[in-house]
Amino acid sequence: MAELIKIFEYEVIGNDFNMAGTASSAIKRNLKSLGIEPTLIRKVAIVSYEAEINMIIHSRGGNMYLEIYTDKMTIRAYDHGPGIKDVDLAMSEGYSTASTAARELGFGAGMGLPNMKKYSDKFEISSCEAGTKIEIDILME
Amino acid sequence: MRVSEIIELLNAEIHSGEDLIEKEVKGAYASDLMSDVLASMYLDENAILVSGLNNTQLIRTAEMLDLCVVLLVRGKKPHPDVVAMAKENEMVLMTTKLNMYNSCGLLYSKGVKGFSNGRID
Repeated sequence: MAELIKIFEYEVIGNDFNMAGTASSAIKRNLKSLGIEPTLIRKVAIVSYEAEINMIIHSRGGNMYLEIYTDKMTIRAYDHGPGIKDVDLAMSEGYSTASTAARELGFGAGMGLPNMKKYSDKFEISSCEAGTKIEIDILME
Repeated sequence: MRVSEIIELLNAEIHSGEDLIEKEVKGAYASDLMSDVLASMYLDENAILVSGLNNTQLIRTAEMLDLCVVLLVRGKKPHPDVVAMAKENEMVLMTTKLNMYNSCGLLYSKGVKGFSNGRID
């Protein structure tokens, strides 16, 4: 039976471009201190960074949670809306609704959600006006 | 190719990571789009990231991928926050006046090939 070892919570502020990446940087440091294997940390870092950037660019902010189990790591990104109009379209590579400010940051290539899916072992997304929920599992291998 | 040789080849200026100039660079990836970098450099921690993006997300992206050699092209003067974050993450940050095309062309001519997730692309 998989056992929960630790939970971390991080707040992400919508539109706060200056702070973009600080939550993912903290996630990476925490995983390093727990002695998790570097390539696994990198997978978590990529998906959490994309999730964090998306939250800053597109949402009113939200929270990210990292749960560490004996057999997997789960990243949850829950924001406060306004939601994704067409999730299937948002999942297609190269599709983007990012603002000019986001593009100036080097984002808005339309690869955020596809990247999250690519590096996860399980990827779930649901969205409505109240918010978008993304849940990602990365197995310990 | 070593960082010190790249500095000479591209007439580059080093802003951070001076103690890593003997580090060997095994390949390269060039983009201004950070999600493309995240998609393609998962297994390329010994490669050099070439970009024209002069903000802290360049260094954040490198940090997530455990990259430690970053080249900023087109003669951009790195923002002080970019330099500070590169130092904090113990990364080499170099700048060159050359544009991206010529920087990559020169690197390629010296045997530094384009990498993507651990393979020559």
